[in-house]
Amino acid sequence: MSLLEFRDVTVDYASNEGPIPAVRGVTLTLERGEVLGIAGESGCGKSTLAATVLRLLPANAKIGGEVMLDDVDVLTMNWGKLRTVRWAEAAIVFQGALHALNPVQSIGDQIAEPIRLHKTAKDVNARVAELLQQVGLPASRAKSYPHQLSGGQRQRVMIAMALACSPDLIVADEPTTALDVMVQAQVLDLLTGLVRDLDMGMVLISHDLGVLGTTCDRIAVMYAGQVVETGAALEIFDQPKHPYTKALAGAFPRVGDPTARYAPAGLPGDPPYPGDIPSGCAFHPRCAIAIEACATTTVELVGGVRCIRVGA
Amino acid sequence: MILSTRDLKVAFGPVRAVDGVDLDLGAGEILALVGESGCGKTTLARTLLGLVKPTAGTVSFEGKPLDYRKLKQYRRQVQLVLQDPLGALNPRHTVYDAVAEGIRIHKVDRQAGRLGRTDGGPQGDEQELVADALSRAGLRPPERFFLRYPHELSGGQRQRVVIAGALVLQPRVLIADEPVSSLDASVRGEILGLLLKLREELGLTVLVVTHDLGLAWNIADRVAVMYLGRIVELGPTADVLQSPQHPYTQALLSVVPDVERTEQIVLKGEPPDPARIPSGCRFHPRCPVVMEACLTTTLPVLTPDAGHHTACLRVG
Repeated sequence: MSLLEFRDVTVDYASNEGPIPAVRGVTLTLERGEVLGIAGESGCGKSTLAATVLRLLPANAKIGGEVMLDDVDVLTMNWGKLRTVRWAEAAIVFQGALHALNPVQSIGDQIAEPIRLHKTAKDVNARVAELLQQVGLPASRAKSYPHQLSGGQRQRVMIAMALACSPDLIVADEPTTALDVMVQAQVLDLLTGLVRDLDMGMVLISHDLGVLGTTCDRIAVMYAGQVVETGAALEIFDQPKHPYTKALAGAFPRVGDPTARYAPAGLPGDPPYPGDIPSGCAFHPRCAIAIEACATTTVELVGGVRCIRVGA
Repeated sequence: MILSTRDLKVAFGPVRAVDGVDLDLGAGEILALVGESGCGKTTLARTLLGLVKPTAGTVSFEGKPLDYRKLKQYRRQVQLVLQDPLGALNPRHTVYDAVAEGIRIHKVDRQAGRLGRTDGGPQGDEQELVADALSRAGLRPPERFFLRYPHELSGGQRQRVVIAGALVLQPRVLIADEPVSSLDASVRGEILGLLLKLREELGLTVLVVTHDLGLAWNIADRVAVMYLGRIVELGPTADVLQSPQHPYTQALLSVVPDVERTEQIVLKGEPPDPARIPSGCRFHPRCPVVMEACLTTTLPVLTPDAGHHTACLRVG
């Protein structure tokens, strides 16, 4: 039994122009003790997919397929059951810690809130102190307010909140995007250490393939609401097969790689608008190796790659 | 040298944000100024732009120290490209208005004959100048973008508008503060490529402020690593990034995600408070190879020439 299973998940946002597909049939699994990376650009559907785990989407979103959390479909849960699942079984570390924290409440109170609501610990203050220590902050910091902390410390507070009710699953949405490299390394070390020590599972969302390649066990690369490549993390980072993954990997050059010197690799064009997805392979208008058939053939995920030019 | 600083210091009360910096920017050079948040890199950039007056030391443009009572001419020559293009653009201004603002402030089109370049650059009216800047920034055909609003553009297009707004005054120097940090991976390369192209076509000098070492490797001729208000390592990009000498640079490089990972040197804690700069070498409290002498020996400001220099007792 997997900790988390997406089975052919779709998400459509209702709009005046009709339903807009943000996620178009994603199937992925995550085991305990494992870190699954989801890569892709803004608008590719990665945050929407993650939000289905806790059904945190706005009312105009229609979710299809199944999201199995410990073999129970989150999408069919009633509200009461869903509330017990949120925080206690699965928790989210949101991006932008400065905006996600309440500026007029001490961080200790904010970490304590889910503990009080879910009554998961008798001595709330002791639990808060323990959590702060787990994320590498002194327990005395509980009295601090968000503005008194640095960006890295705030992100640690967000992680402590997510851990508050000892969830089995953590979804971290761009947890290090606004942070410096050194602080990023500290936060990623902390997250992967916690997954290992507490035997949790983690879904890590990022647009930086380098971060995912060195942090995750497996990666799924998304484009226009679909998984276009999936496999072992280092393999995808080191030997990407799909032309889109190649472009993503090339965007963050390896220091010392002579081919990247004075030659920043970009990808012309913009990702498609979800309401107007190109026919055939959604990536074909931007693809450097596209052939005529790419515009008309519906491409399936074969051997972890959704591309008719790979392995052909 | 087009832009240089000597013994530059900027203090805000007890906070010594820039604490002795000698830096030379040659014409047509791309220099990356790297360091963590709070190291003073943004303050240094703002001081170079004339937005902050130094507490001590000088900023010189083409050999002449800045006259802080007459900065308008200087500001035409040295333009800023902001990070976060969504925040930098007024949501109720069209692309045309955003780019034309500089021209209107500097009254360029009316004085085109007097202020404009004589090197064949556009001398015409406002509309021509705006169109030229947009197309140089890669928004073609420019007329199609005139009446668009920021929310109608993608992130990469917005950043190009911000760059066009800086280019329209035909500056000599661009100071770009984290120009790609808020952009998607695929757009990042496009914008960096644009900076390289502008240097080639217009001979622009670019100072890129960033914490992204991959960016420096992509486009910079030289790299300056800043820590707590000082430049601690300076030199040609290949030297600094491939054989870093300073323990701080070594640590920064070791945490860049990479598959052929060498031993990571994750520094404990965050950069110390610039209001209380440690004695001796300012990096000593976090240095993995600190010696007794580092606590007491004051290190000199690095020579700003083209060589590879390191502010560390253990080096040399």
